Amino acid sequence: MWCIFAKTICDLDYCMILLLIKAVIILVVFGITLGVATYSTWAERKVSAYMQDRIGPMRAGWAGLLQPLADAGKMFFKEEFIPASANKWLFIAGPCLAMLAACMTSAVIPFGGEMELFGEKFLIQAVDINIGILYVFAVVALGVYGVMIGGWASNNKFSLLGAIRAASQNISYELAMGLSIIAVIMLTGSLSLNVIVDRQVQPLFGIGGMNWNVFYQPLGFIIFLTCAFAECNRTPFDLPECETELIGGYHTEYSSMKLGFYLFAEYINMFISSLVMATLYFGGYAYPFMDVVAGALGQNIAALLGFGLFIGKGLFGVFFFMWVRWTLPRFRYDQLMNLGWKSLFPLAIANVVLTGILILLFQ
Amino acid sequence: MQLSNRSKKVSNKKMTFAEKIYLPAIAGGLSITLKHFFRKNTATIKYPEQQRPMSQVFRGLHILKRDEEGRERCTACGLCALACPAEAITMVAEERKKGEEHLYREEKYASTYEVNMLRCIFCGLCEEACPKEAIFLQNNVMAPAFFERDQVIYGKDKLVEPVKKV
Repeated sequence: MWCIFAKTICDLDYCMILLLIKAVIILVVFGITLGVATYSTWAERKVSAYMQDRIGPMRAGWAGLLQPLADAGKMFFKEEFIPASANKWLFIAGPCLAMLAACMTSAVIPFGGEMELFGEKFLIQAVDINIGILYVFAVVALGVYGVMIGGWASNNKFSLLGAIRAASQNISYELAMGLSIIAVIMLTGSLSLNVIVDRQVQPLFGIGGMNWNVFYQPLGFIIFLTCAFAECNRTPFDLPECETELIGGYHTEYSSMKLGFYLFAEYINMFISSLVMATLYFGGYAYPFMDVVAGALGQNIAALLGFGLFIGKGLFGVFFFMWVRWTLPRFRYDQLMNLGWKSLFPLAIANVVLTGILILLFQ
Repeated sequence: MQLSNRSKKVSNKKMTFAEKIYLPAIAGGLSITLKHFFRKNTATIKYPEQQRPMSQVFRGLHILKRDEEGRERCTACGLCALACPAEAITMVAEERKKGEEHLYREEKYASTYEVNMLRCIFCGLCEEACPKEAIFLQNNVMAPAFFERDQVIYGKDKLVEPVKKV
C-alpha cells in the first residue's frame, strides 16, 4: 500500500518535472520565434540598405536596434479603420488567422537533440507527433485562409484580386512542395520530423552528423526552396501584395496593428519555413563532428550547441530570403503559373520517381 | 532607316537551357548584391549632422539687405510682389520721418514686409525684379520646416539682414 503511494508521488513528481520542462521549452521556442520575427523587420531594412549602399535605420537606439519597438508603437497608435462596406467580423478574423497559423507551426519542429536534466531525458521540442511534417503542411495551408478571408472581407477589388492570387499561388506551389518532400519521406520512411533528423545525425564518410538530406536530394531541395518562397509570398513571388498593380494587394484596406499582424505573420512564416528547410535538408540540429563533441563535453552541451546551430541555420535562411528579395524582380503572373505547373510540378514528380529507382538500386 | 551607328538589332533568339533554368543568372545576381552588402562606402549623408555642399546659385531663404551704412535698401515699390508668380509677398509702405535717415535709405520704406513661405516657390523672380538690390535668396540658408500654420508667414523681424556689428 505504502509502496503504491510512494510510486504515485514519484509519478506525480515525474509528471511535474516533465510538464515544467515542456512549459519552459514552449516559452523559449515561442519567445525565439516572436523575437526573431520582430528583429527580422529590422534586419530586412538593414540588409536592403547595405545591398543598396545605404546604411538603414540608425536613429532609434544603437544601430537602429529599437526600430521594431518604434514601429510597433506607431502601429498601435494608428487609427483602426474598418471600411463601411466590409464584413466586419471576417475583416478582423483575417489577420488573427494569419497570425495564428504562423505561430502554430513551430510546435512540432525539433529544436535540439536529447538532453538530460533532473534525471529526465527529453527532446528540445514542444510536441513530438509522428506525423510532424503533415501537421506543418496542414497549418501552412491554413495560413492562406487568413489572406483570403482578409482580402475578401475588405470588399475592395484590389484586395480581392490579391486574395485570389494568394490562394491560387499557394495551391499551385503546395503541390510541388509536397512532392519534393515525398522524396525525403521515401528516404527516411517516416513522417516524423524527429526520425527525419535522426537519419541526418548519422555519419557520412566518417564525419558524424553530416548525413544531410541536401546531399541526397539537391533537386528536391531547390524545388522546396522555390516553393517556400512562393508559400511565404516573398519576392520574386510576392504577387498577392504587388504594389505596382494591386496597391497593397490583400491588405490594401488594413491599417493599424491589423496590418502589422499581416506583416508580422509574414516574417514568422519566413523564419519557420527556414527552420523546416533546415530540418528537412540541412540536418536539423545535427552538425559536423556532433558525436565527438558529445563524447568530449557531454550530451547536454552537444544538444545545446545543436540547438544554437539550428537557430543559426534558421537565421541564415531568413537572411537568404531577404538576400533574394533585394536581388530579384517580381515574376509576372503567367510566368509564376508556368513555373509552378509546367516546370516545378513535373520536376518534382521526376524527382520522386528518380529517388524511388535509386532507393531500389542501392538497397 | 539608319540614322546613327549606335542602334542595336533586337535579337529574338531562343533561350538556351542554362538561361531557361534561371539558376546561373540568379546566382550571378546574388553575388552582385552580396558584393554590395560587404562594401564599406555608402551614399548616405546623415543629414542634420552632415550637410550636402550647396550650389552657388542655390535659392534659399529670402533676405532684405542693408546698404553700406546699415540702412534698409527696400523702398516698398512693390515690384517684387508684382513679379511674384505665387503671390507670396505683401508689404505696407510708409513715409520716412525726420530723424530716421540712418534707418532707411529712401524717403519711402516698407513698414511691414511679409513672405508666405508656404506659397513661395523659390523661383527668384523677386530678386530679379528688385530695382534697389534689396531682396535676395540666400545660397546657404534653407527655409526651415514649420509645425504650425502661423509660423509660415515671415515678417521683417526674420527677413531683414541683421545690423553688422563694427
